Amino acid sequence: MQKASITKTYKRLYTYKFLLPAGIIYFVLFLLPTIMSFFFSMTRWDLVDWEYIGFDNYKTFFSESSLNIGFRNTIIYAVVTCGLKVVFGLLLGVALTSGLRIKGYLRSVVFFPTLLSTIAVGIAFSSMMHPTQGLINKALAVAGIAGPDWLGNQNIALLSVALVDVWKGVGMATVIFIAGIMSIPEEYYEALQIDGGNAWDRFRHITNPLVAPAMNSVIILAFIGGLRSFDLVWAMTKGGPGFSTDLIASIIYKQYQGGFYGLSTAGNVILFIGVSLLAFPLLKLLSKREVDL
Amino acid sequence: MKLKGTKRIIFEVIAVILSIVIFWVPFFFVIINSLKNKTDAALLDLSWPTAIQWSNYREVLIAQDHMVVRSFINSTLITLLSIAVLIVVSAMTGYVLQRRTDRWSGIIQFLVMAGLMIPPAVVPTIWVLDSIHLFKTMTGIVLVEVALGISFAVLLYRSFMATIPREIDEAAIVDGCGSMRMFFQMVFPLLMPVTSTVVVLSSVGIYNDFVNPLYFFPGAKNATIQLTLYNFTSMFNTSWNLLFADIILISLPPLVLFIFFNKKIVAGMTAGAVKG
Amino acid sequence: MAQTKKKTILALTGAVLLTSALTACGSNNNGNNTAANANANKSPEASQNAAAESPAASNDTASERYEKTVTLKLMIDNQTSTEGIKAVADEIEKRYNIKTEFDLRPGGDEGDNLVKTRLATGEMSDLSFYNSGSLFKALKPEKYFVDLTNEPFMQNVMDSFLPTVSVDGKAYAAPSGASQAGAWLYNKKVYAELGLSVPKTWDELKANSEKIKAAGKTAVIGSYKDSWTSQLIVLADYANVQADAPAFADDFTNNKAKFADTPAALRSFQKLSEMKDFMNKDYLATTYDQALKMLVDGTGVQYPMLTFALSNIFATYPDKISDIGVFAQPADSADKTALTVWMPAAISIYKDGKNIEAAKKWINFFASPEGMAIQATKAKPEGPYVIKGATLPDDAYEGVKEMMPYFDNGNNAPALEFLSPLKGPNLPQLTVEVGAGMKSAEDNAKAYDKDVEKQAKQLGIQGW
Repeated sequence: MQKASITKTYKRLYTYKFLLPAGIIYFVLFLLPTIMSFFFSMTRWDLVDWEYIGFDNYKTFFSESSLNIGFRNTIIYAVVTCGLKVVFGLLLGVALTSGLRIKGYLRSVVFFPTLLSTIAVGIAFSSMMHPTQGLINKALAVAGIAGPDWLGNQNIALLSVALVDVWKGVGMATVIFIAGIMSIPEEYYEALQIDGGNAWDRFRHITNPLVAPAMNSVIILAFIGGLRSFDLVWAMTKGGPGFSTDLIASIIYKQYQGGFYGLSTAGNVILFIGVSLLAFPLLKLLSKREVDL
Repeated sequence: MKLKGTKRIIFEVIAVILSIVIFWVPFFFVIINSLKNKTDAALLDLSWPTAIQWSNYREVLIAQDHMVVRSFINSTLITLLSIAVLIVVSAMTGYVLQRRTDRWSGIIQFLVMAGLMIPPAVVPTIWVLDSIHLFKTMTGIVLVEVALGISFAVLLYRSFMATIPREIDEAAIVDGCGSMRMFFQMVFPLLMPVTSTVVVLSSVGIYNDFVNPLYFFPGAKNATIQLTLYNFTSMFNTSWNLLFADIILISLPPLVLFIFFNKKIVAGMTAGAVKG
Repeated sequence: MAQTKKKTILALTGAVLLTSALTACGSNNNGNNTAANANANKSPEASQNAAAESPAASNDTASERYEKTVTLKLMIDNQTSTEGIKAVADEIEKRYNIKTEFDLRPGGDEGDNLVKTRLATGEMSDLSFYNSGSLFKALKPEKYFVDLTNEPFMQNVMDSFLPTVSVDGKAYAAPSGASQAGAWLYNKKVYAELGLSVPKTWDELKANSEKIKAAGKTAVIGSYKDSWTSQLIVLADYANVQADAPAFADDFTNNKAKFADTPAALRSFQKLSEMKDFMNKDYLATTYDQALKMLVDGTGVQYPMLTFALSNIFATYPDKISDIGVFAQPADSADKTALTVWMPAAISIYKDGKNIEAAKKWINFFASPEGMAIQATKAKPEGPYVIKGATLPDDAYEGVKEMMPYFDNGNNAPALEFLSPLKGPNLPQLTVEVGAGMKSAEDNAKAYDKDVEKQAKQLGIQGW
């Protein structure tokens, strides 16, 4: 076949018409609203009428403490959940690829919570975290420890919710790490064994560097997931006490509830920009690290 | 790491104990309290029920005019419809994206990645849905679920397509198949493994979705299973037994999926995540 | 669900919701007290009998029975007890062949938003129950609801209610029941045991609380897990604020007065901040329902709350209802102590509904003394009705009877939300912070002023 005809067949076979159904849905219900959000974030808006008010919504968002507290909380939440998922996920991943006979069981147990409803998990844990009647503090009391008010103390409420997030989400990180570790060729370990390396050396010199692609996936997924988080906080604390567990997503929802659609959309745009500013460089940085190795 | 002998046994025992404390205790706690009467459940402890009260489940099911049953029907419909659309459109997209490389494919690739990361713009989406008269409709929520699920599904399909040799396509060209027919007759069946992964993962995601129905499918009639559970927290807030019974009920479908597709889920997730 | 208990569970979020249907007693504006008293003093048998007797007694519209069943949709929040409303609706169905289909929506902010969206998208139910006052006006009733000003049944409505549902002198809704108060519920048994008397000043309240605390009980019940309940001390203080600063509501609405720099208004936040030491240890994890249980048990003794709680208590603990009394949140000096009153919910008719005539008939019966009396058979009143001729039943709650002197003496004022369209959406969170000592009263009074400013700007209210 001639070159031109190959290209032609190729174009006919892999026609971009195939992208149309997905493209239309994606454009109308995802891209279009995203683009329009930039406009509507600069309006006072009741879904029917709008009035252009410039950057007022953004000014409000950044100046008012009940709104901008969300930035700090969201970063903390994303860093804590992401960090713990990486650490525990990697530890579990290593443990579950070792010679344990019960690894099938463990993997199932660790993974199952990721399939549960976030709302259900949130409800169950808030009952267990009740300061006086909750299971956790009762258990601590048996050990003679006075447990804190997990969700009522403004200093730890956010961390309590983050821990539940990790409980629910670590299974995902674990299976990704397992897959990453399993893809490391056995010969590397054998070579190290000949050199007389111990378990720590194995981890440090082989597992850790070679698991980088999996690590990148976990970090990106967990970090972005953390930034966008809403369900769990809403089910457990509704952003309270006060505003101490308000995340950007819950603040967006509250403004929406208040009928402040323009302001809510401004929050959306800020989250959009925040995620882009943090996630895309992170993606680049991480993939660079991967290449360097 | 190849642990041996007593060291391994000790390690295993510790692991089992930890898994019980961290994972089984919460499960057991919810299950056991869902079977107690209201007063016993209010103690929020792990004791065995004085009398096992299966009627809690019945009470939850008939509460508010069978709200749970109705919301279960809604959620099931949304999930099935969304999955059906998602599979077809994403498979087609993943197929073309993997096979073609030109200046457009890069842009499209970027848009797909963007869909994985960018939070959807909520109120403008409502506005769009409303303008096309799909706000608060089953069609509307299904399309939203598809729009937000496309990226992940396309990535899975695209990476799986790489394992299917081009010779198959070329054979089809020789046979003179139309591109559409060729795809659905020859390629799509070969995508079965990844299709089942997408089915399992997306159905869990859509079934458990709380945020999108909250925004785009409001209204008492429209209740989905997660919204109903959420609303029950205020309604049943002194009846933990009923709340927990509802939790158990709505966790059954994911549990069934998990039992049958455990390996598949794990394999699919990791394939998508590591390569993607 | 069978379910009185579930039905009655009121976990309103956000803006305080007025429960309709429950109540009895109470008018509002000082000027209207005479009217209210006159009604309250009328023999209760009259209306009771009217309900019990034949329908024909009341109404000539009875003959206007529809041949074919007309179905009206009634939108109501899912946290209001609907027993009483259902009873009236059943009667309406019997008489007029108008069937009522309940369209339940969430309460609080979530519900407000849903209502707004349904209006904006043209999908409103024929009839809707919604908070009267500023929240109702925020719906732009002139745009969406039928003008009821000249309907005969509006002649029955007391003047005190009308301003809360009127725009430019036209009324767009009828009252759904009786008014109620934001006040302090207290356990009378424990009060008697400890030899306490109802506090007339804020200092007396604190002194009482010290004694209760010393007796090993919770003096002030906090239920901040349902954060809307944390607003009560601030909201229920308004009658006292008004006694000190009569022009506050207007100035506040016109951006001339702020909570933070009006001493009387700031005092409301300060009072809240003085309560932490008297509250139960787990007040941040306690819910509204648990709080009611504490109050009834006597483990908690005082609970700042709306008096619709009396109906919840009656539904769940009917034998304990007589133990629960009500007093107004005290001011710093006894002569300024006044009761803060909430108006009943508004029933309005959707302009583009298909059955406007039937809906008018529905309200005509519902908002009549007879309708109120039927309601009272299922849900006892908590304050004076705002329907002329509707009177308190003999078996009214003890707490309600204790409220009556505030009405008889004119020591009451409507809550701020009935006088001003401004109510910052973050008040529940801000009051949690003050109540829990996370922030000072002064800081959060300021924060609330900013929150109000945000709301005024977002809603495009003039003068902001």
